[in-house]
Amino acid sequence: MAYAMKGAETAGRAMAQDGLARGRRRSSWLLLSPAVGMLALWAFVPLAMTLYYSFQRYNLLYPERRGFVGLLNYQLMVTDPSFWTAIVNTLLLVLGVLATTLVLGTVFALLLNQNFRGRGVARLMVIAPFFVLPPVAALIWKNLLFDPLNGLIGWLCTLMGLQPVAWFTVHPMLSLVIIVAWEWTPFATLILLTALQSLDSEQLEAARMDGAKPMSRIIYIVLPHLARPMAITVMMESIFLLSIFAEILTTTAGGPGDATTTLTYLIYIRALLDFDVGGGSAAGVLAIILANIVAFFLMRAVARNIEE
Amino acid sequence: MDQDKASPLGTAAAWIVAFLMFFPILWMTVTAFKTETQAIAIPPIVFFRPGMESFAHATAQAGYMLFAENSIIVSFASTLLALLIAFPAAYAMAFQPGKHTQNLLVWMLSTKMLPPVGVLVPIYLICRDLGLLDTRTALIVIDMLMNLPIVVWMLYSFFRDIPRDILEAARMDGVGPRKQMIYLLLPLASPGIVSAALLAIILAWNEAFWSINLTAAHAGTLATFIARYSAPEGLFWAKLSAASVLAVAPILVFGSFAQRRLVRGLTVGAVK
Repeated sequence: MAYAMKGAETAGRAMAQDGLARGRRRSSWLLLSPAVGMLALWAFVPLAMTLYYSFQRYNLLYPERRGFVGLLNYQLMVTDPSFWTAIVNTLLLVLGVLATTLVLGTVFALLLNQNFRGRGVARLMVIAPFFVLPPVAALIWKNLLFDPLNGLIGWLCTLMGLQPVAWFTVHPMLSLVIIVAWEWTPFATLILLTALQSLDSEQLEAARMDGAKPMSRIIYIVLPHLARPMAITVMMESIFLLSIFAEILTTTAGGPGDATTTLTYLIYIRALLDFDVGGGSAAGVLAIILANIVAFFLMRAVARNIEE
Repeated sequence: MDQDKASPLGTAAAWIVAFLMFFPILWMTVTAFKTETQAIAIPPIVFFRPGMESFAHATAQAGYMLFAENSIIVSFASTLLALLIAFPAAYAMAFQPGKHTQNLLVWMLSTKMLPPVGVLVPIYLICRDLGLLDTRTALIVIDMLMNLPIVVWMLYSFFRDIPRDILEAARMDGVGPRKQMIYLLLPLASPGIVSAALLAIILAWNEAFWSINLTAAHAGTLATFIARYSAPEGLFWAKLSAASVLAVAPILVFGSFAQRRLVRGLTVGAVK
């Protein structure tokens, strides 16, 4: 009886929906169009312009010498050793930060997932660095911690009888990796912690009943469960890490030499300091391609989840 | 899985990790209450009489108030705009889904994947030609566009949690989309709207790439202020720390409120 009523109700609703469908489709487009239109402009117009400029000889200092030069900008780019240095630096920064944040993020998430008093406060303390303005994060480390004369780490080194190190001169890339990893470990922790909380507790309970030690429970049950969230973390972070900029600007400005000049920073130098629109755009096209390779896999994962 | 109490060892490890991660922020805050001499003293001074001089000096700096005002206006205006544009779109996608809704959503999210530096040149030139360099308008529009996909996604995912029957009933009674949105959706989804807004404000406030590259003395945000402050006056640690504390504190507060829901927005639903 109840089923029949429900069936009739659904049928009636379906008929009403059918009649409304056309009007609704129109109203749907009306509601969607501002967002879709703006994002379409934002996504395609600058992209097309970057592509166009990348085939142009165009320097803002000599605007009269402008013209189509084919692939010259790309040719100049790939034959320029500083471009390859920037690629290597980008990979070092991204991979260094990814490795650090994944390992620390997993450990931190496991620790914070325990049941102890004040867990909320501890979690907030771990996540806090993510909310710090990038230039501020960079400057805390550069001055208060890494400074060889007045910084805390230099002082700790002398306490232990070591020579304080001028971090940004001796280990510029390592210093940068440390700073950026400090900012992004909270992100990995937050995602992995969320994933841990959706872990089926019965499975762990069963494993414990069967006498599995904590370590083997982590290795055989928890880590496999984290594999997918870890992959998502890697992809999300790579997208953001490719664009790291303020941290470099405020600490090393790409130096010493070009030791910390990443692709993003190189484009900034080319475009806004050398005013080389063509060269900057060619490198920009390359950055977009790099990001798209990562984005392709990421969006597949996202799409799969939305459909579920 | 967290039914039983953690071991003392595990608890200690968690607190050590929490302390180490938080320490740089704590140390910056402590330094902000020192004098310049105390700030650079070695061995570091831990016990001292806290003073507010550095805050007074930092905020008296030329332009500080303007930069703070810019940060507030840009992050709030861009968030409000993003919400206004995203709200109807999310409504349409959640309650009137069509064949292409999923694809549309994925496409919107994919625009987030474009590296800003890839379009630095054209955006810079467009702003220059339109006279928008160093204006708040440019930053508001850019931050709004950067956050729009995330806001649409978050609103959509919160709208989906609302029982469809409620809106269906309203529609049967002849309530149009506009009234449904204002009188039903707005109150029903308000926690979701608030967390979407918080995330958008945080992201806009901390946005440094565009504000550093497109603004200077007039429309610069606190990110620009701190980045520029570093160059000539990098050694005034107490003042720099005070300025930094003021720039970071509001976002830390917002972040602590929003932390549980952030994952949903930041991973655009890839992790549940």
